[in-house]
Amino acid sequence: MAKAKSIQPQAGALERAWNWLTETQIWTSVFRHDAPLNDRNRVLVMLSNVFLHLHPVRLKKHGVRLRYTWCMGGLSFFLFLVLTFTGVLLMFYYRPTLEYAYSDIVGLREHVPLGIMREMHRWGAHAMVITVWLHMFRVFMTGSYKPPREFNWNVGVIMLVLTLLLSFTGYLLPWDQLAIWAITVGSNMARATPFLGYEGPGASLLAIGDVQLIHAADDARFALLGGTFVGEGALLRFYVLHCVALPLVIGFLMAVHFWRVRKDGGISGPL
Amino acid sequence: MEAIKGLFNLVADPRLFFLLSVVALVLIVWKREAFAKLSVGYGLMGFLTAFFLFGLFDENFVLIIAKPDNVPIVALIFLVVFFTWYSMREAVLNDQRVAAGEDVIEKQESDRVWVWPDLVYTELIALVLCSAVLVVWSIALEAPIEQPANPANTPNPSKAPWYFLGLQEMLVYFDPWLAGVVLPSLIIVGLMAIPYIDTNPKGNGYYTFNERKAEITIFLFGFVILWSSLIVLGTFLRGPNWNFFGPFEYWDVHKLEALNNVQLSEYLWVRGAGTALPDNILVREGVGILLSLAYVTVLPVLLAKTVLKRYYEKMGPTRFYVGAFLFLMMLSLPIKMFSRWLVNLKYVVSIPEWFFNI
Repeated sequence: MAKAKSIQPQAGALERAWNWLTETQIWTSVFRHDAPLNDRNRVLVMLSNVFLHLHPVRLKKHGVRLRYTWCMGGLSFFLFLVLTFTGVLLMFYYRPTLEYAYSDIVGLREHVPLGIMREMHRWGAHAMVITVWLHMFRVFMTGSYKPPREFNWNVGVIMLVLTLLLSFTGYLLPWDQLAIWAITVGSNMARATPFLGYEGPGASLLAIGDVQLIHAADDARFALLGGTFVGEGALLRFYVLHCVALPLVIGFLMAVHFWRVRKDGGISGPL
Repeated sequence: MEAIKGLFNLVADPRLFFLLSVVALVLIVWKREAFAKLSVGYGLMGFLTAFFLFGLFDENFVLIIAKPDNVPIVALIFLVVFFTWYSMREAVLNDQRVAAGEDVIEKQESDRVWVWPDLVYTELIALVLCSAVLVVWSIALEAPIEQPANPANTPNPSKAPWYFLGLQEMLVYFDPWLAGVVLPSLIIVGLMAIPYIDTNPKGNGYYTFNERKAEITIFLFGFVILWSSLIVLGTFLRGPNWNFFGPFEYWDVHKLEALNNVQLSEYLWVRGAGTALPDNILVREGVGILLSLAYVTVLPVLLAKTVLKRYYEKMGPTRFYVGAFLFLMMLSLPIKMFSRWLVNLKYVVSIPEWFFNI
C-alpha cells in the first residue's frame, strides 16, 4: 500500500496534481507501491508487476552488459511480440484460400493507406531468425550451455527449430510464385524420408504382399502438405500451423525457457 | 575495375571460397591474438562495407543484392563476421587476464546491480532502437510479391527460403534423403547433444578460448563455415540450374557446366577392373558400402585408440562414440565436397533402384 503523502501547502500546482493523482483509488489499485526510486520499491516493482517478474530483483553487473549478452535473446523475444501483434492485424485482411490469398496480399498494398504491417511482419521474421542464431552463438561462446543449464539449451534448440518452421510456414501464405516454389523445394525433401517417404530408401520394404504401404498419397510429404502437391490443402495446413499451432507451442516453450533461466541460477556467469 | 571483379568472381568459386574460409578459420584460431586486435575488427567491417559499396556500381551485383528477401543475408554477413571477431576478441582478452593471474572480466563484474533501473532501461532502449530499425526498414523496402502462384511455371532457379539454402546447397553433394532429412535431423540432435558430450567444466559463463579450444573450433566450423557461408553461397552465388555464378556475373540461363561426375562403382569396375558393372547390386556397390560402414564404425574406434586417445579416456566410451559419430557426419560434407572437386566422385554408394545413394 502506498503511504499517504503529506501535501505541502507551498508545493507547485504540478506537484499537487501529481500527488492527488497518485493517491486516487484508481491509481493505487493499479500500482501497489511508489515509484521505484528507493531500494524497497525496487524490490516491490519486480515482485508485484507481472511483466517485470520475469526478472530477478538484482543481477550480476556483467549480465546487463551488451558486451556479454549481445541482447540477442531479449531481441528475439521482442521480435516475437512484434510478429504476434502484426500477425493478428494481417489476419484481419487475409483469407487462406486459393481464391483470395494472393489478392488479399495485393489488397494490403493497394487498399491500406500507409500500410507497413506486412513489411514489419516479413522483415521482423527474417530478423528474428538471425537474432535467434546469434543468441545461440553467444550462449555457445560463453559456455552457458554447461551444467546446470543443459536442459535449457535443449529447449532453446527446439525453439530455434520452431522459429525456422514458423518462418517456413509463413513463407507460403502470400501464395505467389516465390512462395509456392520455395515451399515446393523445401517440402520435396520429405519425399526422401527414409521409410516414410515414397522416394526414400527403405520405403519399398514396407509392403504387405504386393500392396505398397508408402506411396505418394500417404507418405511424410503428404502429411506435411495435405496433398500430393503444394495446393489448397497445404495452404490451409500451413496457415493453421503458422497462426495457431506453432505460436502456441513456442509460447509455451518460451515460458519454460525463461523460467529455467531463473531456476538454473539466473544469467550465466563465472562460478 | 574489371580485373578486381574478375578476381572476386574467381575467389567466390565454391571450391576456392570453401578452401579459403577453412584457411581463414585456421588462421583465426591459430593467430587469435593478432585477430583480436581492434584494427582487425575495423578492417574487416571496412572491407565488407567497401566491397558492398563497390558492388553497388555493378548492375549484376545489384540485381542479386537488392532483392528484398536478400537484404537480411547482407546483414547476416556483417553480423556473423562481426560477432565472430567480437567473441574471439572477448575470449582473447579474458585469456590474457588469466595468463596474467587476474580474474576474467565477468568475474570482476560479478557485484550485483538493481534490475530497476539498470536492466529495465537497457531493455527499453534496445526495444526502442529495434522498433525504429524495423519501422525504417519496412518503410524503405516493400515486402516482395511476385506473380500469382502457378504450379505449371517453375522458376529457374527455384530456391528454398534463405535460411534453408545451406541445406539446399548440400543437395549438390548428397541425395535428398541425406541432405534434406538425415543430416538436418542430425544437426538438431547434434546441437542438443552438445551439453552432454562436452564434459569440460571450464569456460562456463565467460568468454575464453584457451580453456575450450576444440569445442569452439568445431562450433565455429559448423556455424560460421558450414551453415552461414553455405547460406551466403546458396543465396548470392547460385543461379539458374543451380550453377555457380560469381557476384559480378550475369545469371545466364544457358550457362553450361560439364557434368562428368562418376560413381565409385564405375571407377572400380569399369575403369579399374575393366569389366562391366556386375548385376548383383551388393557386389556392384560392395566396396562403397563397406567404406561407408567403416567410416561410422571402424574409424571412431581407430580414432579412440590413436589420435583422440586422450579424449576417449576423458569422455568415456558412450560420450566419445556419440560425439565422434556426430562429428564424422558433420565432416562427411567437406569430404564429399573435396572428393567431388578433386576426382569428380558422385556417389560412394549408388543404388538408385532403392533410392539409396551416399
